[in-house]
Amino acid sequence: MIAYILGRIASLFISLIVASLVIFMVVEVAPGDPAAFMLGVNAKPDTVAALRAELGLDVPKAERYLNWVTGMVQGDFGTSYTYRSPISKMVAERLWVSLPLAIYALILSTLIAFPAGIYAASRRGRIGDLGVMAATQLGVAVPNFWFAMILVLIFAINLGWVSAGGFPGWDKGFWACMAALTLPAIALALPQAAILARVMRSSLLDMLDEDFIRTARAKGLTEGQALWRHALKNALIPVLTILGLQFSFLLAGSIIIEQVFYLPGLGRLVFQAITQRDLITVESVVMLLVFAVIVVNFLVDLTYAVVDPRLRARH
Amino acid sequence: MTLLTIDNLSVTIHGTPVLEGISLTLAKGEILALTGESGSGKSMTALALMCLLPRGAQATGRITLDGTDLLTQTEAQLCTLRGRAMGMIFQEPMTALNPVKTIGDQVAETILIHEQTSRPEALTRAAEMLTRVGLPYDRFPLSRYPHELSGGQRQRVGLAMAVALRPKLLIADEPTTALDVTTQAQIIDLLEGLVDDFGMGLLMITHDLAVVSQMADRIAVMQKGRVVETGPTAPLLANPEHPYTRMLFTAARHHVTLPEAPPPQPLLQVTNAVRDYRTGTGIFGRKGHTRAVDHVSFTLHRGERLGLVGESGCGKSTLTRAILGLEELQSGSITFDGAPVFTGHRANLAVRRRMQVVFQDPYGSFNPRHRVDRLITEPFHLLEASPTGALREKAIADALTAVGLQPSDAAKFIHEFSGGQRQRIAIARALIIKPDLIVFDEPVSALDVSVRAQVLDLLADLCRQMPLTYLFISHDLTVVRGVTDRVMVMQAGKIVEDGPTATLFANPQHPYTRALIAAAPVLPDLAESLTDA
Repeated sequence: MIAYILGRIASLFISLIVASLVIFMVVEVAPGDPAAFMLGVNAKPDTVAALRAELGLDVPKAERYLNWVTGMVQGDFGTSYTYRSPISKMVAERLWVSLPLAIYALILSTLIAFPAGIYAASRRGRIGDLGVMAATQLGVAVPNFWFAMILVLIFAINLGWVSAGGFPGWDKGFWACMAALTLPAIALALPQAAILARVMRSSLLDMLDEDFIRTARAKGLTEGQALWRHALKNALIPVLTILGLQFSFLLAGSIIIEQVFYLPGLGRLVFQAITQRDLITVESVVMLLVFAVIVVNFLVDLTYAVVDPRLRARH
Repeated sequence: MTLLTIDNLSVTIHGTPVLEGISLTLAKGEILALTGESGSGKSMTALALMCLLPRGAQATGRITLDGTDLLTQTEAQLCTLRGRAMGMIFQEPMTALNPVKTIGDQVAETILIHEQTSRPEALTRAAEMLTRVGLPYDRFPLSRYPHELSGGQRQRVGLAMAVALRPKLLIADEPTTALDVTTQAQIIDLLEGLVDDFGMGLLMITHDLAVVSQMADRIAVMQKGRVVETGPTAPLLANPEHPYTRMLFTAARHHVTLPEAPPPQPLLQVTNAVRDYRTGTGIFGRKGHTRAVDHVSFTLHRGERLGLVGESGCGKSTLTRAILGLEELQSGSITFDGAPVFTGHRANLAVRRRMQVVFQDPYGSFNPRHRVDRLITEPFHLLEASPTGALREKAIADALTAVGLQPSDAAKFIHEFSGGQRQRIAIARALIIKPDLIVFDEPVSALDVSVRAQVLDLLADLCRQMPLTYLFISHDLTVVRGVTDRVMVMQAGKIVEDGPTATLFANPQHPYTRALIAAAPVLPDLAESLTDA
């Protein structure tokens, strides 16, 4: 088990180093001068030179890379050129919206998907299964911004339970924030839940055909007991994989939902930075997201080992 | 005293009959063997008894276990009977246990499901039962997971789960088929012991007539969903009445006669071959080595039929892979007709094209999307100039004819053939480039006895028609005995004994060879009347 964890940690650091190198090279080593790019084609040479000095572009590349990485390790992501403020501060503010939203959506998605998937698997081929499958098909097919607009129409405009958008800020109280995040979280969660429920169902059905389920039935377990006690834990590995991928997606990929609900999240930050050619911000936020994805994958790997004793032994 | 009565049991699946009018009885303490070839309905009968038939199956008739008619019970009632009144163990010990639960939990579950008892109490009883089946607590703690056990040990766990509540009826579906002979002998002993101790009735399902003859009190022979003959073991073996039973028994005792081998002239020379595998992880884990092949040396002569026997994990497969140039040796050498099998780190193509291989699994070793002509001409890519046009057609036709198929079969797909026919096609694929050496890796282990007999006959025929040299790898001593001139016995990576087949079987020298031969069940010889028939 220790060897397994150490191995995963080693792979975590290697991934981070490789990712940081790739991001650095794409942004800084790619043809063209970042400063010139950020200022546009009509910039005067002395303006470009000034920006180069400001961004620290006038030192050798290797040194710049080291500065960038050591800065990030210490929490210094550099300064945004367009906003003229520390990137770490902007990211932290956005993260306080995006991270709770992602976790909220993930919890909702799990709460919907697990029961739906387990129910469908236990009713294989029967009407309940078909119903869940039809619903999830719809959930996968319908885009989440459309869900979002329907939700706004019903709960914000017609019923007036919550506001249609915006974020009050955490200093306005926990429940006010949760209320503001509820509709976006539902809109994000539904399509994810549909996918997750389908994975849960098919993974469980695969397990229900395994020999050890027949063994369990021969011991006197009912179909339901065999499913809960023997199939479920074995079926979790693919589900965990999807959950990990979904979390990464929810953290950064919710830009459309952030737009619909007017939320100051990470997705919008990246979007704005890209449209304003703020390469330093893009570079740092992308690195941060990569970091999040790699850490989540690491946690998923650890959960695998908790679920499956064979993984603990093999490493 | 009759424990189980099956009366006119018929099963259909989606309207297709799979069992027709099965009637059997089993007494307390009796072992009834249900035998027959694959697809005869043996396993379906077992599942019908457990009322665990697949979806869409419909059973009619009557199954009475100790006075209870099983087919009229509700599912809830059946759940209280399964595991308590009747237990079952299955063929595949590798997949029959839940990989993520400890063996203690899995055995205790049988007790907890049926009895109002505490978990510690159930675990204590599980430990006792595991000790009874030969997994003592001090060496096999309850916290072990299935993957930490060998196949035989897992089968013991399966058995402990099935008999934890001392059911009256135990159904064993091919319980030893996936095991090595020495392990098989231990499991058979254990089953017999449990039947004696607990007074259970045992329904033993097996295709292996030698196992049947060794342990059964009575035999029931099944064919195409019907029981064609039933009777006490000894008389039935000596004097079977039904033609199918006779055919089955004759096929199981089938002997082939090989033509004389030509005078020795070395073809394949293996000298001090060593192959290690690294175990443990690279960076942080403990590093270790397993020596799969340990200083193996032997010579295979042109025209010789050499057997290689040993139990799973003894290094047979690794050695085979090395000979075929699929696996590089750490030290030692393998030469074929004087040329090395490996040049640098790659297989020597000039040598490689003179060897072919036939694998065990006739279902997995063909691409289902290709037609037979493409499948069997695959070795052509080894040649510098592969034949085309009429030459290619002739090569295909010759190869198919040689293995007893029609040239017209070339246009068919592999799913149109039975297991035995597929193995013929695999042999045709090996023959098509007229190799100097064919490696047979368990070629008949997956086949029914009657088909096995035909394939072995084919081998003998081919030996008469062409100068065939082969290395025949098998765990089955009976088969090796029939089709080889010389046998090597392999244990833990070493060749422990090597000698002419007849001598080695008559007078084994090494203790391991003796153990193997003693463990292998042997079918008693037939009555004269049948041999003549």
